[in-house]
Amino acid sequence: MSKVRVLVLRAPGANCDAESAFAFERAGAIAERVHVNRLLEQSGRLTEYQILCIPGGFSYGDDLGAGRILGNQIQHHLRDALHQFKAAGKLVLGICNGFQILVKSGILLDDDAAGHPAATLTNNDSGKFEDRWVHLRTASNKCVFFSGIESMYLPVAHAEGKFVPCDAAKLGHLTAGGQVVLRYAPSNGNGGDDVPYPDNPNGSAGAVAGVCDTTGRVCGLMPHPERHIDATQHPRWTRGSLPPEGDGLQVFRNAVRYFR
Amino acid sequence: MLWEIDIYPAEGQPDLAGKRIAADAAEMGLSDRLQVRAAHGYLLAGNLAESDVKRLARELLSDQVVERAVVAPVGDPSLAQSPDGNSQLIHVLPKPGVMDPVALSAQSAIKDFRLAADGVRTFRKYWLTGLGTDKLTTLCGKLLANDAIEQVIVGPLALEERHLNSGSAYRFKLVTVPLGELDDAGLERLSREGQLYLKLDEMRAIRDHFRQLGRDPTDAELETIAQTWSEHCSHKTLAGRIRYRDERGERHFDNMLKETIFAATGTVRRQLGDDDWCVSVFRDNAGVVKFDDQHHIVFKVETHNHPSALEPYGGANTGIGGVIRDPLGTGLGARPVCNTDVFCFAPPDTPLDQLPPGVLHPKRVMKGVVAGVRDYGNRMGIPTVNGAIYFDPRYLGNPLVYCGTVGILPCDKAEKETRAGDYIVTVGGRTGRDGIHGATFSSAELTSESEKLSGGAVQIGNAITEKMLLDVILAARDRGLYDAITDCGAGGFSSAVGEMGEEIGAEVWLDRVPLKYDGLSYTEIWISEAQERMVLAVPPESWDEFSALCSAEGVEATVIGKFVPTGRLQLKYQDCQVADLAMDFLHHGRPPVVREAVYAPRPDAPRAAEATRDCTPTLLKMLGSLNVASKEWVIRQYDHEVQGGSVIKPLVGVTNDGPSDAAVVRPVLSSRRGVVVACGMNPRYGEFDTYHMAASAIDEAMRNCVAVGADPRRIAVLDNFCWGDTDRPETLGSLVRAALACHDLAVALGVPFISGKDSLNNEFRYTDDAGRRQSIAIPPSLLISAIGQVADVGRCVTMDLKEPGNLLYVVGSTRDELGGSHFHLVESLSGGQVPRVDPERAKRTFFALHSAIDAGLLRSCHDLSEGGLAMAAAEMAFAGGFGARIDLDSVPVEPAGLGAVEVLFSESNTRFLCEVKPQHAGDFESRLSGVPCARVGQVDAGERLEITAAGTTLVGGQLAALKAAWQAPLRW
Repeated sequence: MSKVRVLVLRAPGANCDAESAFAFERAGAIAERVHVNRLLEQSGRLTEYQILCIPGGFSYGDDLGAGRILGNQIQHHLRDALHQFKAAGKLVLGICNGFQILVKSGILLDDDAAGHPAATLTNNDSGKFEDRWVHLRTASNKCVFFSGIESMYLPVAHAEGKFVPCDAAKLGHLTAGGQVVLRYAPSNGNGGDDVPYPDNPNGSAGAVAGVCDTTGRVCGLMPHPERHIDATQHPRWTRGSLPPEGDGLQVFRNAVRYFR
Repeated sequence: MLWEIDIYPAEGQPDLAGKRIAADAAEMGLSDRLQVRAAHGYLLAGNLAESDVKRLARELLSDQVVERAVVAPVGDPSLAQSPDGNSQLIHVLPKPGVMDPVALSAQSAIKDFRLAADGVRTFRKYWLTGLGTDKLTTLCGKLLANDAIEQVIVGPLALEERHLNSGSAYRFKLVTVPLGELDDAGLERLSREGQLYLKLDEMRAIRDHFRQLGRDPTDAELETIAQTWSEHCSHKTLAGRIRYRDERGERHFDNMLKETIFAATGTVRRQLGDDDWCVSVFRDNAGVVKFDDQHHIVFKVETHNHPSALEPYGGANTGIGGVIRDPLGTGLGARPVCNTDVFCFAPPDTPLDQLPPGVLHPKRVMKGVVAGVRDYGNRMGIPTVNGAIYFDPRYLGNPLVYCGTVGILPCDKAEKETRAGDYIVTVGGRTGRDGIHGATFSSAELTSESEKLSGGAVQIGNAITEKMLLDVILAARDRGLYDAITDCGAGGFSSAVGEMGEEIGAEVWLDRVPLKYDGLSYTEIWISEAQERMVLAVPPESWDEFSALCSAEGVEATVIGKFVPTGRLQLKYQDCQVADLAMDFLHHGRPPVVREAVYAPRPDAPRAAEATRDCTPTLLKMLGSLNVASKEWVIRQYDHEVQGGSVIKPLVGVTNDGPSDAAVVRPVLSSRRGVVVACGMNPRYGEFDTYHMAASAIDEAMRNCVAVGADPRRIAVLDNFCWGDTDRPETLGSLVRAALACHDLAVALGVPFISGKDSLNNEFRYTDDAGRRQSIAIPPSLLISAIGQVADVGRCVTMDLKEPGNLLYVVGSTRDELGGSHFHLVESLSGGQVPRVDPERAKRTFFALHSAIDAGLLRSCHDLSEGGLAMAAAEMAFAGGFGARIDLDSVPVEPAGLGAVEVLFSESNTRFLCEVKPQHAGDFESRLSGVPCARVGQVDAGERLEITAAGTTLVGGQLAALKAAWQAPLRW
């Protein structure tokens, strides 16, 4: 059967497009890197693909807030095309800046009646950009990308990854609906909801690291699965025998397998 | 109408900016009662309805979930409403003409709302309580704003729309400089006051040249010559004539660099014969060596010292931005794959009242520099994988900022050639008034007045403009749309076009250059060092496709001239010729610089032997000394894993926080071949003999590479000389001596130098309170950056101890070499012998150790440098989370009978501490049989480091305590 086609969205300042495309190819897909200007000219191009990946980076420099400007462009010019894409049963994955873009475009979590956003991603409590590896636990089985995954060890690298819901009720609502799919976990392996810094690297409410929409087919996460598809990307691979593949590869495999 | 939008944290959200200012103020002893409420905001000029502005504030400029916006016309009382009662209001705005990238982004994003703002400006807003008015100026000057680029407005803003227009129309007027009549005094005054910074004989040569032509030069001609002849662009001192004298006699150089460092590379390449793996050295914007069948590796390290002293954030920002354009401007364009950054600062605990006038506090310099590198490197998507920080009081007025970039270049894109008839095309950022005189300014020493004099040399970068530029250049490269490319750095178009057209000739139409704002004169356009610009030679037949490609990615590309076979550099503004110079005079008319250099090695000052004793307190002091201490606070702010090729990270070990010797990345994700990046530097050794300082730096860079698995046959190095005023024969002498060491070591080790750069005149001059002229010169600071290769990254090794029961070996010989050591630093001792290198034995050691690593016989390996064996053992133990026992009696020493304390802390070169499984001991020992190597101890499951000699314990410490001491100083 023909290969699954992935559109990896390029934009001014996007900078994880190459390795994200590489990860999808390792998972058996054909990945093409397409500049957002091509979609703005001709949003119909989306229909040629089964998966849209918005990769990490600093779209438009994170000026005016991470993901804000590209999020607005999507909201103003690509909203309908993306809703059709979702309606056609296809998949959308936002990684790091891609997650920020999805949240701020309103594609991932619906605004309330008054047009107020459900949540945002804002400055880390540490007040600075940090690159560190974190333990993750899947918190629901709703999302296509994490099916069969219980835990992962992946790097985060961001300055604005703190998940803040518009109010406590909203977080409860998202959790109840299974939309909170990924949480930061304590490195000592113990359970418990209270995950202190640096295990929760940014101070996210409920240690939320990733969420999905009501269908489970649109997902955003702050950690970088594409940065752990090979054992040698693991910070401690020299210490002992690890499986040749990294934890992140399964995320891309799940996406491709969904169309088999 | 001019609208103001103030954006505050919403109720219950943390005020991170406010808290940071208050903390810094307390730390600097300004006030511990200071409370700060911080906001940021935007000024929008234009015909916008209140409802429109409110919508923009809500949907674009603020985050409704965590922020609160106040919107009103400038001057409206609601904007002067203090959030918490009576407090002092401060606004900080970029000065007119200073780059404001966020404002530019906002202006274009507003278009997505089908609205238009004529002008946008960002600002920061602070409400202060608990600060005496006497301290207000200090706070503004030291913390809130930097006068080089920002203006402080106390109280509410009272601006009008016109304040947002940074430019006013330019009326063309050709300016000529009456040079013909000037005598020596006049020439010197013109050189100084015109910020040309040319020497008298150079000024004379220019005057005489134009006398022959029977006319005076235009300002553009004079500036072009000044840029091209500047130290920064021509390296005239080190590439000039030097008469050097030292204890071995006298030596004359016609071109010092050529006869030392370049010559060494030539010798190495001849020795390699058919195996020569250098591709292009000291020719292009970066050095180029072979990597695999399809790719070459390019590497360049630059410095950006003087701008970073004036404006740390912008200086480091544009420093990294500038060096990234070097690989991009090498061959037909290399793709950057990683960055390295090395800094030198004064101690961050320097008391505020000890700062000379015009000097920023070192802690602020360090925070600014780190933030500048972080924000630019991270936004470019280039991992910052390697670096170092050195502290010395002499860097107070003159910090050093070295930025390096490694790139990967397809083998068939390594050569470029400008052709007559090609268009001269500028791509990327627009040209503004920023960076005027940067190239010539870097030739001047810093003074307490520099900021006022040269504020124009300070720039703010815009990483996203450069990222877009990078993406489009690589696409155009692969389509073969241009003949040549170079970066537009120091000297601006003047240098870029001058270089590209040197062999041909060029005609430039300055009025076609896209500008950030009106009002630039033709000369300002020509010499502006505005960032994020590249100059390309595009054949006319490729122009349409090239131009279409650029606009498809939203990158501006403009034809500004043509390479023409005239042998002349001709500049036009509208129809008027504003410059007409012979390329030959421009590039070969400079009178050779002739310099005196002397070096007198300082006599050996013997040191008393140390009595065997408990050295644990010394080790703890050393772990907590600034050069050695953990740099995790810095490293974590850099994205060191973007691009997905990370193999050996800067932080390694059981809790990801041990100090790696070198970084390893896979530039090609589908391949197992790796690039190794490391560095070596030790300014403290320069006090003794800059020859041994340089030799030690090369050895250190090499052993860092070898320690992680690099093949010593495939390591290349770069030199970066940062020195004081080389007009002083003693200062130049110490540099020449270091260059001689570079030559000798490179030849003996078979390690080619492939690129380099020098930054001279790193001195800070000021007048102290007593009215005395003071000068602070930096110590001789030679950075050696090494780039290695590893065939299969699966063979790489890290420095953290791996498992109890493994054996520990010391490779290399230990001598009584404590001169300039960290043992002397923390014990306030002096004298002794500075570490030397035995190159022949070093080479054998590197090869032998590599064969063992390549055979998979090592579980961990760490090089011995600052703090010697004690430091290496401590770092390996707490990084690995395992204890270790080491017996000094079996460590190989020369001569026999060296004292235990000396063995423990000596910094002798070419030494490693290695962890080997017992079953591999035999194989390991036989591979190392030809070099000094001995089993000295064992890894255990305990939590202590125990180092003994003749039954006495010299070090006995809990790993947790050792690690805590090492992490404490720079955990900010």
